[in-house]
Amino acid sequence: MNDSHYCPHTEEEIREMLSVVGASSVEELFAPIPPELRAKTFNIPPGMSEFETFARMQDIVADNGAAMVNFIGGGFYDHIIPAVVDHLSGRAEFYTAYTPYQPECSQGTLQALFEYQTAICRLTGLDVSNASLYDGATACAEAAMMALRATGRNRIVVDGCVSPFSRQVLKTYLYNQDVEVVEITPLDGLLNRAALAAVLDGRVAAVLVQNPNFFGGIEDLSPLASQIHAAGALLVASVYPVSLGLIRSPGEMGVDIAVGDGQSLGNPLSFGGPSFGFIAAKKSLIRNMPGRIVGETIDKNGKRGFVLTLQAREQHIKRHKATSNICSNQGLCALRGLIFLSSVGKEGLADLARLNWDKAEYAKARLAGIPGVTVLQSAPTFNEFTLFLPGPAAPIVTELLKQGIAAGVPLGDYYEDSVNTLVVTVTEKRTKKEIDRLADALQAELECGHI
Amino acid sequence: MELIYEKSVPGRRGVKLPASDVPSASALPEGLLRTEPAGLAEISELDLVRHFTNLSRRNFSVDTNFYPLGSCTMKYNAKVLENTAALFAPFHPMTALLPGGEEFCQGSLGMLYDLGQMLADITGMDEVTSQPLAGAHGEMTGILLISAYHRAKGNRKKYVLVPDSSHGTNPASATIAGYEVITVPTAPYGDMDMELFRQAMNDEVAAVMMTCPNTLGLFNPHIKEISDIAHSFDALMYYDGANLNAIMGKVKPGDVGFDVVHVNLHKTFGTPHGGGGPGSGPVGVKKALIPFLPQPRIVMDDDGVLSLETFRPGSIGRAANFFGNFGIMVRAYAYIIMLGREGLIRVSEQAVLNANYIMERLKPFYDLPYDQTCMHECVFSASRQLAHGVHAIDIAKFLIDRGFHPPTVYFPLIVKEAIMIEPTETESKAAMDAFIEVMIEAARTAGSDPQALLDAPLTMPVSRLDETKAARELNVCCLV
Repeated sequence: MNDSHYCPHTEEEIREMLSVVGASSVEELFAPIPPELRAKTFNIPPGMSEFETFARMQDIVADNGAAMVNFIGGGFYDHIIPAVVDHLSGRAEFYTAYTPYQPECSQGTLQALFEYQTAICRLTGLDVSNASLYDGATACAEAAMMALRATGRNRIVVDGCVSPFSRQVLKTYLYNQDVEVVEITPLDGLLNRAALAAVLDGRVAAVLVQNPNFFGGIEDLSPLASQIHAAGALLVASVYPVSLGLIRSPGEMGVDIAVGDGQSLGNPLSFGGPSFGFIAAKKSLIRNMPGRIVGETIDKNGKRGFVLTLQAREQHIKRHKATSNICSNQGLCALRGLIFLSSVGKEGLADLARLNWDKAEYAKARLAGIPGVTVLQSAPTFNEFTLFLPGPAAPIVTELLKQGIAAGVPLGDYYEDSVNTLVVTVTEKRTKKEIDRLADALQAELECGHI
Repeated sequence: MELIYEKSVPGRRGVKLPASDVPSASALPEGLLRTEPAGLAEISELDLVRHFTNLSRRNFSVDTNFYPLGSCTMKYNAKVLENTAALFAPFHPMTALLPGGEEFCQGSLGMLYDLGQMLADITGMDEVTSQPLAGAHGEMTGILLISAYHRAKGNRKKYVLVPDSSHGTNPASATIAGYEVITVPTAPYGDMDMELFRQAMNDEVAAVMMTCPNTLGLFNPHIKEISDIAHSFDALMYYDGANLNAIMGKVKPGDVGFDVVHVNLHKTFGTPHGGGGPGSGPVGVKKALIPFLPQPRIVMDDDGVLSLETFRPGSIGRAANFFGNFGIMVRAYAYIIMLGREGLIRVSEQAVLNANYIMERLKPFYDLPYDQTCMHECVFSASRQLAHGVHAIDIAKFLIDRGFHPPTVYFPLIVKEAIMIEPTETESKAAMDAFIEVMIEAARTAGSDPQALLDAPLTMPVSRLDETKAARELNVCCLV
């Protein structure tokens, strides 16, 4: 009897096929593997039905306990997801297809990616976008490598206000390259411009900044862009796409390459993935751009259609000379991003960003009203800001977790002399009631002297 | 079909946002404010739903068509896997990195840990990192691990060896990881040429990257010997897991001398390909490489409590933001526990049977440059059809008109006019027979009416597209 999952053949069919193949058993087909190399053990437990599997997965997820009320970000943000995102990206014609190598029978994916690229260009104010990268952190690394290729230089300057995770990923990508990474220590939660000026010379390929930065601060990058361009380097900015509903676009600020994580655009938190990375740039840089790119063209009858283009840069053709090693990207997550942006829409994204800002400003004022608590930034922030507590942040965060509140990210693990510092995130999903609860709980912890 | 932006009407709104329950804050300073809203779509929800639903209908997919795309393992993606992934949607990855936060992530961390253990068993490795986000990302991570190993030993290494039949990602990943690539030709018997391999090996070789079975669908019987030779130069063996679907429970890469493997969860373990991702490329290593694994690393104490090791000197650092494409790992985990030991063995057996069945039936009609028992895929050449002016691409387009997604064409590069067919284990005999009939029809039509193939496809929303124009004029987004 055949009770294996998803292997449809009956014993009769297997016999027929074996006779065509000229083998007496399926095992015979494995004869090319020398017997002494065959697996001696295989300890995967016995299988089960899909119903038991689902029940087992429910048991596993129960071990997490209830999800927290999130005041944490650090690259992933708890945003609304319109119902259409799940339903439309859940069309099997999208999610069970693969990379659109055969354009005529993949126009759905290709047009969607072209629309995605368009959305990213319009959002960032830049000319060209690819069809997605893995995540925001790897997108920073890819942008740095793109700048290295484009300039032929070998030094990357990174603002210490960039996410520590992105900085670590950048260093990992450049682990074995002849490239020097220079980090600039933040000054009051912002880029130290004097320190940048001191290292900006003819060796620098790019300066990588994040806006809003890891502390939540936002700044006008325009003066920075002129300074960097004067040194012949490129300005790479990691941006938070929801913030672009409110904040001036990187393109308008003179940024050459904008990257970011698309999780906030319709992708669930899902313990860190999948999300997608986006990358947009000035047109002159497109041939150095990594990954898949969809382009518009016409068919034999002059009808508009879409194809993967500039494939001559890619690994399956160029092999070791390729612009990047990317094959699979995060296409379905990018599709979710497009559906999210299209559902929220032009005015809606501005409203959504404004809602984030209003809620965070309310929370900032509310939390800063707690005796002993001050806000790091005098400059504007978007939906994240940094608090100085009168004592170490870590034990308070630990305590509040027990009350179901993820109160913020303590910076002690990531920055020296920052044990009292806490980054708090407030998205549109946090209600006034939840914000007040956070403030009350934080105040109570401070008063009962846990620190 | 119109672009969604061409359907937009100024002022039209989509989804309604939550109302604000806090006072409105004062405006941002001028220099920071966006001057013009981004030109996103302005479309009603129904029109948006119709737009994407109709777009989806312009795709071939596993759920609608046989999709024998070689090297991609386009197997059926079980629906229950989608349901299991949704269970984990609300959990924030930063929770685990907060002080005391691991306690509230025991389910997620436990799943990752167990998946790592199962993948280690399947591949014969000692520990697995879940971080790499795709196969090629796994390759880069794996080669960096090898580099860290050599660095720690003070080895001076410069080269990575790959066979000329390898996936393009192998040499591309080795380059990103800082090595020069040496390509070793394939012998007439379909495997890396042993003599040329021996000549190419030297003390400066850091790693040999192999796919086994290789991209011709052939298992290299000399693989242990290759490993032994590589190890004698202290070069490590890298296993590209793209073709793991052929050998589960039959042979373990770790047993035949591989030191590092990546696994494509979206190929072997039944997670959807998503129209080009997200994939997932966990990397397994032998003991000697554990110290270099990326951070954070999940560790289990004697009581079964999971925690994160966030810093270890010697680690290559971080390959991605958090723990990898977690939602894909949930699906793969559910797939493995559902199929179980016998189920996974059966997967490989049926995948191999199906590929051999198609190979045998099509052999009279197409050239088969490497005519031997194949594993999970077989590679034909359209060189016979070329005599009539018909290329592999023309056969591919003909198949589209008959409702089949074409096999991979023009790869591996070492086969002229390559047609690479991977049916996977989930296809029925009837589906394969229908495909075989159309492939035979294509071969016959190549002789009798080649123009019919050159004109295909005729039934799709578009006919053949001008790729040269796309690359020359480079219109990659619709600017306002």
